[in-house]
Parts: sequence; structure tokens; C-alpha cells
Amino acid sequence: MSLVIFVLLRLAPGNMVDILFSTGGYVSESDKAAIEKELGIDRPIWVQYVDWLRDMATGKLGKSYRYDLPAWELIKPLIPVTVELAVLSTIIAILLGVPTGVISAVRQDTSLDYVLRVFSLAGLSMPSFWLGMVIILALVAWIGWIPPITYVSPAENFKIHLVQFLLPALAVGYRSSALITRITRSALLEVMREDYIRTAWAKGQSGRIVIWRHALKNAMLPVITVIGIEFAFLIGGLVVTETVFNLPGVARFLVQAILWRDYPIVQNIVMFIAIVVVLSNLLVDLLYGWFDPRVRYG
Amino acid sequence: MADKRSTVTGDAIELTLPVGLGLPRAGFGTTIWRFCRRKPLGAAGGLLTLAMVVTAVLANFLATQDPIATDAVHTLARPSSQFWLGTDHLGRDIYSRIVHGARVSLIVGVLSTLLGSVLGGIIGLLSGYFGGRIDLISQRVMDILQGLPLLVLALVMSASLGPSIQNVILAISIPIIPRAGRVIRSSVLSIREMQYIEAARGLGIGHLRIAFRHVLPNTIGPFIVLTTAQLGSAILVEAALSFLGVGVPEPYPSWGRMLSVSAAEYAQKAPWLVLFPGIAISLAVFGSNLLGDALRDTLDPRLRGG
Repeated sequence: MSLVIFVLLRLAPGNMVDILFSTGGYVSESDKAAIEKELGIDRPIWVQYVDWLRDMATGKLGKSYRYDLPAWELIKPLIPVTVELAVLSTIIAILLGVPTGVISAVRQDTSLDYVLRVFSLAGLSMPSFWLGMVIILALVAWIGWIPPITYVSPAENFKIHLVQFLLPALAVGYRSSALITRITRSALLEVMREDYIRTAWAKGQSGRIVIWRHALKNAMLPVITVIGIEFAFLIGGLVVTETVFNLPGVARFLVQAILWRDYPIVQNIVMFIAIVVVLSNLLVDLLYGWFDPRVRYG
Repeated sequence: MADKRSTVTGDAIELTLPVGLGLPRAGFGTTIWRFCRRKPLGAAGGLLTLAMVVTAVLANFLATQDPIATDAVHTLARPSSQFWLGTDHLGRDIYSRIVHGARVSLIVGVLSTLLGSVLGGIIGLLSGYFGGRIDLISQRVMDILQGLPLLVLALVMSASLGPSIQNVILAISIPIIPRAGRVIRSSVLSIREMQYIEAARGLGIGHLRIAFRHVLPNTIGPFIVLTTAQLGSAILVEAALSFLGVGVPEPYPSWGRMLSVSAAEYAQKAPWLVLFPGIAISLAVFGSNLLGDALRDTLDPRLRGG
């Protein structure tokens, strides 16, 4: 994993020093070589790689080329922003996705089902960053509300902070909800054909109990899988959304670091994302056992 | 997504392919007609996709202005009879840029999807057919590639390779490889156990020949489903990359780039800068998603989703 990230990055034509030069005007060749030497990027790639691995193992995450600060110190304060956004989006996606999926399945092939399916597919088709821009535009046009330009921490003003996060979360969450809707619908349709559901109906239980307690519980497995997979997609979506909404999160910083060829930052953020994805997959696996006791890990 | 649910068996494909698209048995027109009647949404998607292809091919005739030429007099013009969808901050006609942008989006989308699916398909075919060590190694590499969100991987790749259309295509195709590999591999795993493969082996046909001549053609169903499904996301990723400034470079008009930060600056004054390119992206992706869904239901009933 780390090797792949490392090599991909080093393929880049031009390095940090070249960018410094193009913005800073003329600097002599010897100065350039001196800076490259100081940053250690004049050495062969594999030496740099071994260095990085050793640093990671000893807890040193490298220094940002651009800010001359340890990478971890730059990334750490940004994590809460991204986590908050990711969690909010996931909650919105679930709240929006599961009920629409259930309604769609219960009213299968009615016009309501078609409307909801088109609605969810539309969510999959719109770029979330565009949706975010349109939401801002609409708010400005209709109620004259101007979004805060800079980040407002919850301690400063909780209400503005919440609005600031809710809008991007809505844009990202709508997109994720689309997949959840689709999976909920198809999983529920499948479960509804099972014998024990017919038994429940035959016992004269009310529709609500049959669907929400008997059917949905068993339809949740594929839904959880999708929520887990979605989480990875969601982080990808945040890259653009954080940029649009100007939120100082990890994802936006990644974009900036890439444009600056600030390798230590990019490496660490990409590793961080990969770890988050792996952990979320693990969490999904553990949740299986909770939702379906038949799943056991030996 | 599909890879998690793709427990396709050879039976399913064999049973359903005759009803599928474009096979000579029922006549092309009849098949299309039947498809449209059974899947009205899919047909709508097909129409949207077709419209995009036509726009891309005929861009030169459909555009009313030069999509690249700037015009200092008509900057940020409102939509009018001269500029159908208005102009941007450099006075470029939005309508003509969207029409030409269809070309860029379609080329990048189709080529990166094809490249990714073909490479992934070959890896999936070989690792599914031969199994053993090849399978183990290639699956671990796929795991690694899939551990990163599509957009993040494409972003890193595209920034590493530098901005050019070829590099964008390459950058988008790489995250598609593992997805294609998984789907094809799982269908190869079941085809491998079919009797006609055993028969071919009994005839003494070489492994590579069996893999490419006898197994590969039977994965065409999942392959079509996969590529249509990925086309939409490839177009979306291209838009996002161009939006962030690491995608399709100037002067090519790209939908994502039209939405980029410079457009956002003028969004209050000229909302058409933001609205129309986004609608174009959404319609294109919507069309290919609808079509992909309908094709999946038709060619691959086991994967039936919402």
C-alpha cells in the first residue's frame, strides 16, 4: 500500500523546488540543488522510500516541504472537521436512504416507487460539489442568506457552525443516500418473499410491524455493506465538497498539498484515508455479527 | 458496487443472453422495441446517452459560437438569442462550450472506462482462470487499489502524471481496474467449472486459448453491465478532477472546468455559469445510469437492484 502511494507520487514531473522557482522568479542552479539537497529529494527514490518507512515505524511522519512543520501537526487539527462532516453526511444518507428504500419496496411498481427511484438515481448523477454550489446559490437568491466565508468553530457560534456543516453534509448525504435507497429496496423486496414474512402476515400482524421489525431487520445486511463501502466513496466526495464550501478539512488540504507537490503531506493523508477505509470495512464486518447472529467469527 | 453482489453463474448468462441486446436471433429492431417497452426508464436513459453521443459528434454544427474564442465586449452576458445560455467571465459562449464539452466528457468517459475495464477484465480473466499464485497476488494488488476512494486515487494519479487528456484518461481508468477485475473474476470462476470448458480441455486445447476463446466471450454480459455502470462515474470523476484543476487542461472546454473556482466567483452575478454545465453533467450521468440499470436487469437478472 505505502509503496504504491509512494511510487505514484514520485512519478510526478516537476517537484516542489520547481514550483518554488516558477513562483519566485529566477534562482540560480546551485541554489536549486542546495534546496533539493536540504529536502532530501535529490536522492534515489528507493532511498527516500526506505527513509519514509523507517520514519513511519518510529512515529515520525515527516515534515511538510512547504510549511517546514511536522506533517502530523498540520493534519491533526483538520481531522475533526472532516470527521464531523463525514458523520453528518452518513447520518443524513441513512435517514434519507433507508425510509425511501422501504417505501419504494412496499409500494413496488406504483408511480410513487418510480418517482422515488428517479429521485435516488438523480442523486447518483449529480456531482455533489455542483449540488452544493446550487444550494448556496438558491439560498442567496431566495432568502438573501450569505454563507460564512471562513470557518466558524462550534465554540464561536454553534448555530452558524451547524448550518455551515449541514449544507455540505446534505449535498454529500443525498448522493450517498441514493445507493442506500437502491439496496434497501432490493434487499427488502427479496426478504418480503420469504416464508416467515408470509407467516407474520398470516398471524394478522400489522403491516408496520411486519415490515419494520421482521423484514427490515433481515434486509439490513446488504444495506450495512453499502453504508460501509459508501463511507469510502463519501471521503472521496468530501475532497471536492470541502473545497467548494471552503471548510478547512483533511480532504481540502490534500488537494492543496497535491498542487504544491508537498509529498510528505500527500503521503500521510492518503495513508490516513486508506486506514480509515480499512477500519470502516472492519467495523462493517463486526456489525454483521450484531445484526445477524448466524454470522460468527471463529 | 456490483462486485459485492456479483455471484453470476454461467447458467444465468446463457439463459438470458438470447433476450439481450443486439443479438441476431430476434432481429435488432425487434429487440430494441421490446427493450423499450419493458424498460421505459432504460429507454429514456438510452435516449439521453444517444443525445450526448450525437451532440459530441455534431458539436461543430450544433455550436453557435467558437467555444474557445474570448469576447471582451460580451462578458457575463445573460442568456439571449445570441448567447443561448449566456457567456462566462471571458465572454465565451456557454452553450457552445457545453456542446463541445460533451465531446471531451464522452471521450474521456468512454476511453477511461474501456481502458480500465479491459485491463481489469484481462487481470480478472487470468486470475480467475488460473487461480493459485497469480490469483493471490493480483487480488492483493486489487485490494490495495480498492482501499482508496475512486476520486482520491484518480486525483493523486492525475496530479502525478500532469495535466493532459491522455493522463486524465489513464488516471480515471486505474481505479476502475480493480472493480472490473472483481466482476470478471467472479464470473470466470463459475464458467471455468462448466462442462464445455472441460470438453475443450479434453480436446487438448491450450490454457490461454481456452481462457480467451471459450471463457472470455461468456463474460460479455457482466462486462457490458459493468462498463455502462462505470461510464457515469467516470464522467463524474472527470468533472471533479477538472473542477479541482488537475483534469482536462485548457483550452478544451470541459464541464467540470466550467464549474471551477473562477466560475464560482461570478456565481452570484451570473448563475447560468454554474447552472448549465452542472445540468449537462447530471443529464449525461443520469442517462448512462438509467441505461446501465436497465441493461443489468435485462442481461443479468441476478443483479437486479432498485
